[in-house]
Amino acid sequence: MSNMWSIIHKFGSPPWFYDFTQRWLRWLLPITVLLLLAGSVWGLLFAPPDFRQGNSYRIIFIHVPAAVVALAGYYALAFAGLVSLVWKIKMADTAMRAIAPIGAALTFIALATGSIWGKPTWGAWWVWDARITSMLLLLFLYLGVMALFEAYENRATAAKACAVLSLVGTVNIPIIYKSVDWWYSLHQPASIKFTGESAIDASMLYPLLLNIGAFYLLFAVVVMMNMRAELLSDYRAASWLRQRLGGQH
Amino acid sequence: MPPDPPNLPLVFFLWRQFKRHWNGALRKPGDTFNPLLFYLMVVTLFPLGLGPDPEVLATLAPGLLWVVALLATLTVAGKLFASDYADGSLEQLLLAPHPLYLSAMAEIVVHWVMAGLTLALASPLFAVMLKLPGQAIPFLVFSLLLGTWSLSLIAGIGAALTVGLRRGGALLSLIILPFMVPVLIFGASAVREAANGYDPASWLALLGAYALMATVLTPVAIAAGLRISVDN
Repeated sequence: MSNMWSIIHKFGSPPWFYDFTQRWLRWLLPITVLLLLAGSVWGLLFAPPDFRQGNSYRIIFIHVPAAVVALAGYYALAFAGLVSLVWKIKMADTAMRAIAPIGAALTFIALATGSIWGKPTWGAWWVWDARITSMLLLLFLYLGVMALFEAYENRATAAKACAVLSLVGTVNIPIIYKSVDWWYSLHQPASIKFTGESAIDASMLYPLLLNIGAFYLLFAVVVMMNMRAELLSDYRAASWLRQRLGGQH
Repeated sequence: MPPDPPNLPLVFFLWRQFKRHWNGALRKPGDTFNPLLFYLMVVTLFPLGLGPDPEVLATLAPGLLWVVALLATLTVAGKLFASDYADGSLEQLLLAPHPLYLSAMAEIVVHWVMAGLTLALASPLFAVMLKLPGQAIPFLVFSLLLGTWSLSLIAGIGAALTVGLRRGGALLSLIILPFMVPVLIFGASAVREAANGYDPASWLALLGAYALMATVLTPVAIAAGLRISVDN
C-alpha cells in the first residue's frame, strides 16, 4: 500500500515525471513507430480486399483505431480530472491540458477518414449515421473542454472547471450514444448496411487489432510528449528545469 | 430581508431563496418575454424561408418547435447566477451554513418558471402557426414541460462554470450543447410520433427519466462549478 502511494507521489512530481518520460520515450517512441508501420503495411498491403467494398475498406485500419482511442481519450481526460479534483495533483492538470487537443485531433481524424470512406461506399461525403453523429458530438465535447481551458486566465482554476466539465461529459457520453442510436433507428434511411466491422475475418482482424494497440501506444507517447511541452512552459523559471536543460547543451 | 439564522430548517432556506429569486425575476419581466419573443420571431422566419406549404411545415414542425425551444433556452442560459455573482450574494451563499446545492436549485426553479414553463404553455400558439397536427399539441406541451426543466439544469452547469468569465456567451453554448442533444432527441421524437399517430409514451418516459436523473445529479456539478467560479 505504501508502495502504491509512493508511486503516485512520484508521478505527481514534475521533475520526476520529466526524467521518467525522457527515459521511457527513448524506447516507447521507436516501438510505437514500428508497430504503427507494421499494422498499417499489413492492413494496407497484405490484408485481402473486401469482396464487396474492394480496397476502399482498408481505411478502417486508420479509422477504427482513431475512433476507439478518441473515445478512450475522453475517459482518460475525465480520469485525470477526477485525480485533479480529489487529490489536487498538479500533474493531473497538466495531463488534462495535454490530452484534450490530442483527443480532439483523433476524433477529427476518425470523422475525416469516415467521410472519405463514405464517399465511395455510401455515395456521399456526409451521412447522418448514428456512429458519425456520435463522433461529431464527441468532437464538440473535446472542443468545449479546450475552449474552457483557454477562457480562464488562472491555469489552476481552468483545470478545475475542465475537470468538472469532463466528469459531466463522462456521465453523459453513454446517454448521448444511446439516444443517437435510438434517433437513428427511428429514422433509418433505406441504405445498404455494411457489417464489415462486426463480422470481420481474421486476416483483416489481426492487422486491425495491431493498429488499435499501436494507436493506444501512440496516444500515450504523444500525451507524454505534450505533457513535457506543457512542463517546459509551466516551469521555465524553475531551477530543476534550468538545471536539466543546461545539462543537455 | 433579515439574515438567515444558521439553524434555519433546509425547507425554509430553500423557500426564502426561492422567494428572493422570484422577486428579482418579477422586477425584470422583460427577461421572461425575451425567450418567448425569440421563439415567435424564429417561428415567423421558418415559413418565410421554407415556403408556406402547410404539408411541408407540418412535416418539419415537431423538430423545428423543439430546436427553437432549445435555442431559446440557450439565449437566456447566461443569465443564471449572473446577478448573484455580480453583487456578491454568491460569495455569501458559499459561506452560509446551508448547502449551495439548494440555493442553486432555487434559482434554477425560478429560471425554469420564467423561461421554460412559459415557453411550454405558449407553445400551442407556435404549434398552430407551424401547422403541427392537432393531436400532437398536448404532447408538445408536456414534452416541453419535462424537457425545458432538464435543459435549465444543464444550462445551470454551463452557467456555473462560466459565470466569472467576461466573454462566456458562445463558450457557454459550446460546452452545454452536447448534453442537450439527448433531450432534443427524446422531445422531438415524442412530438413526431404523436403527430404521425403513434404512441409517444416511450419517448416521454425517457424524457422523464432524464429529467429525474438531471434533478439529482446536476446540482452537484452546479455547486462545484459555482465554487470554482467564485474562488477564481
